[in-house]
Amino acid sequence: MTRQLHPDFEPVIGLEVHAQLLTKSKAFCACSTRFGDEPNSNVCPVCLGMPGVLPILNRNLVEFTIKMGLATHCTIANRSIFARKNYFYPDLPKGYQISQYEEPICTGGFVEIELQDGSRKRIGITRIHMEEDAGKSIHDQGAETLVDVNRCGVPLMEIVSQPDLRSPHEAYQYLFKIKQIVTYLGICDGNMEEGSLRCDANVSVRRKGETRLGTKTELKNLNSFRFVERALEYEIHRQIDLLGHGEHVEQETLLWNADEGIAVPMRSKEEAHDYRYFPDPDLVPVVVTSDWLEEIRTTLPELPTERRDRFLRQYHLPKYDADILTTERPLADYFEEVVRALTPQNDETYKLASNWTMTDVLRVVNTEKIQIADFHISPSRLGEMINLIVDGTISSKIAKDVFEEMLRSKDSPRTIVEKKGLMQVSDEGTIERIVDEVIAKNQNQVEQFKSGKQQVFGYLVGETMKASKGKANPKLVNELLRKKLAHAEET
Amino acid sequence: MRTYDSIQTDLSAGVATCESITQEYLGAIEKGRHLNAMISVFAERALEQARTVDQKLAAGSAGPLAGMVVSIKDVICVKDEKVTCGSKMLEDFVSLYDATVVERLKAADAIIIGKNNMDEFAMGSSTENSAFGRVKLPHDPERVPGGSSGGSAVAVRAGMSTTSLGTDTGGSIRQPAAFTGVVGLKPTYGRVSRYGLVAFASSFDCIGPFGLNTKDVARVLQAIAGHDPQDSTSAHVPVPDYLQSLTKDVRGLRIGIPREYFAEGLADEIREALEKHIDRLRDNGAVIEEVSLPHTEYTIATYYILATAEASSNLARFDGARYGYRAKGIQDLSEMYTKSRSEGFGPEVKRRIMLGTYVLSAGYYDAYYRKGQKVRRLIQEDFLKAFRSVDCLITPTTPSTAFKAGEKSGDPLQMYLSDIYTTSANLAGIPGISIPCGTDHDGLPIGLQILGKQFDEPTILRVSDFLESTFEEGSGN
Ligand SMILES: [Zn+2]
Repeated sequence: MTRQLHPDFEPVIGLEVHAQLLTKSKAFCACSTRFGDEPNSNVCPVCLGMPGVLPILNRNLVEFTIKMGLATHCTIANRSIFARKNYFYPDLPKGYQISQYEEPICTGGFVEIELQDGSRKRIGITRIHMEEDAGKSIHDQGAETLVDVNRCGVPLMEIVSQPDLRSPHEAYQYLFKIKQIVTYLGICDGNMEEGSLRCDANVSVRRKGETRLGTKTELKNLNSFRFVERALEYEIHRQIDLLGHGEHVEQETLLWNADEGIAVPMRSKEEAHDYRYFPDPDLVPVVVTSDWLEEIRTTLPELPTERRDRFLRQYHLPKYDADILTTERPLADYFEEVVRALTPQNDETYKLASNWTMTDVLRVVNTEKIQIADFHISPSRLGEMINLIVDGTISSKIAKDVFEEMLRSKDSPRTIVEKKGLMQVSDEGTIERIVDEVIAKNQNQVEQFKSGKQQVFGYLVGETMKASKGKANPKLVNELLRKKLAHAEET
Repeated sequence: MRTYDSIQTDLSAGVATCESITQEYLGAIEKGRHLNAMISVFAERALEQARTVDQKLAAGSAGPLAGMVVSIKDVICVKDEKVTCGSKMLEDFVSLYDATVVERLKAADAIIIGKNNMDEFAMGSSTENSAFGRVKLPHDPERVPGGSSGGSAVAVRAGMSTTSLGTDTGGSIRQPAAFTGVVGLKPTYGRVSRYGLVAFASSFDCIGPFGLNTKDVARVLQAIAGHDPQDSTSAHVPVPDYLQSLTKDVRGLRIGIPREYFAEGLADEIREALEKHIDRLRDNGAVIEEVSLPHTEYTIATYYILATAEASSNLARFDGARYGYRAKGIQDLSEMYTKSRSEGFGPEVKRRIMLGTYVLSAGYYDAYYRKGQKVRRLIQEDFLKAFRSVDCLITPTTPSTAFKAGEKSGDPLQMYLSDIYTTSANLAGIPGISIPCGTDHDGLPIGLQILGKQFDEPTILRVSDFLESTFEEGSGN
């Protein structure tokens, strides 16, 4: 589906990302931010914009935004101010939105994304500012428009990138990185489909080598990770086609229609806004002292890129493993919990922990569509199970059965192994007897082996394992079988 | 007409109860109906509250304002009562909560008797811009009582309440206090919580008291001042004991006379009345000094740019969508907005919304709003500089005494200029008080304004109290 971009043109993309912050109460009143409650139940005179009310700033909104600023290498202003963005809409009770305009709290940072060739690229962050959300208009309930004010005043953070992105894929990578950072920081759940992460894009194209920017359009309603790339490709091709035909790009706002896969211009009436921003006289400047800033800095968790790099260093994992394990903070935490339970601690056991987490754990989590936190096997139990493989109590093959059983029961892996008699048989005498039986039953194959057909050996190992119900120590089976066959050859 | 001292005397002598006092005031309200100073009267609630306070008095547990009857400008919220703001837009709107000042007055056992008429959304200088009809000056009903808190001033002047609360955005307490011959105080910005005051211009609006004397005004301020967690612009500055500052002693006090406030445009009679008072201060040991506030001429222009900008945004919530007036027979959203607002607001409010919208618009913001902010800082610095050499300033409150109804309503600029001496205090955020200082040839009251340093209400109250006591003794006016 993806059309190659025209080789003579390059796109220039900047993203504006709105992240809904996970504070318990709203930005300027004590109402709950809970999602999905009865419409108009989480409201008070302040967020209803009743006459005479005043906003009181939620300190957590400031802290969360500062965390994002620190995580993206921004300068944190020691003094920033709120502004009013004025426009009329039924879901905006005050007739203005409290936001930041001049003097935002964070400016001049960057995030790093990884390009397809493995190199890293810095994407500049122009600014990050705090604001409040509007309510929700519901238009499909008969002739009247209904308004739900629950979301009014829910805290948002807007992250504005520099126009540093040069392809839809880079935009995707950038957005993915933003999501990773906010979820690592625990300040936003990063869910685009539910609207806790929203994205608008500024797009223009220019001939390669040109340094001036082309006329840009603003693309709105990119409400899923999939749409972002598709919508950007659509818009870039549209602009290139226009320029290629000697026409020009009109500066306008387009709404992405995901169902039809097209971007539709907004009616000019809707976009012809003069927001008349001015400093909000009801709120005093936000002062961030250096003590407060340092206090917040100490609460910052290890961020995704740092953690990935540490996994490479500390556990000597392949890059592929480290990337996957650090995609989400709960998964990385899970892996490290597993590691904590391992004896001994070495590259071999780390890799085992990585394999089990990436394949078996993620398989269940994905098919059952659950969160890592809700996964039935605690990391320490998984660690114990891996220890049983390493110390030879069970084979890797049997471990798969133990894992399945652990999903259903709360027993420790050792108890499961004992109850089910899954213990690996490492007693030479026992295995020797089974090997003897297999040799006796399979004289044909033994003859073939003697005559030089080496591959028959695998068959005999399989038969032995089968006869032991999978419990025989495969290493011993190998050894004994070789010895016996060599002996049989001599005779 | 009673001061709170006389109420306290009668209460402790047992010749009156809070209930009988409240009845007296209700009688005065009835008698003064033609003045149109009240928008609503809560007779039953007030009497019930009075009986409760009587019980508390008997039990010895009454608050510091027990028996004081207060009326409230109808732009301040009282729970379960209408708050009309003098506008058709909120004609039937009932508040869901008490303003912080109301809560504090109730906690001090003041009795809330009703709500005062006012210029619509506190925009005006004559209380002619009310959807509920104009307020009349008791001395001469053909004249205006000043505005926008005209109803609150008249309520005190005509004995409808012991004190009242008004609001002062550009002079709306001090100018009507001057016109009606009562004491009116605009506190320092941030001294009194604005929570529950329907905003006109948030960075200017101040709630303050009217009273028959300085002492009553000081008492009310004592009750309502202080930080409020619901208003982040309210200051964390400790509240001093205001009654203690009324020492009747001005020896050594340095008082500035700003040259620019005695220039052209000031009525001779007002100048003369003020000079007498200034002489008396000098005679009693105060040091009088001429000072300059060089940016005074920009006051009105700066004020009307900044205050209307804030107003245009503050009044956006009155859109007919959720509460208040909604026009009939509307077809779509845009029509709902334009018709509701066109029909719900009066002409002065619309004029200011348009002015404010204009100065914030793209392309005009820098020339008007941003420049206005810069000039506001220059005006603040003028005062800071003056207050380095003096403790307070004395100026006329208004350039003229009360004018006739209709005299200026056709000429907004003339109307705006009647606030020329009061507006600078709002730009600078400093406190100011207006006290009666004589009458003109028509027997109309003249106001004297004392301006102080930020949070230095004690000094201006002290000077005000001093002038009041010597004026009564000396002049026989
Ligand atoms: Zn609320």
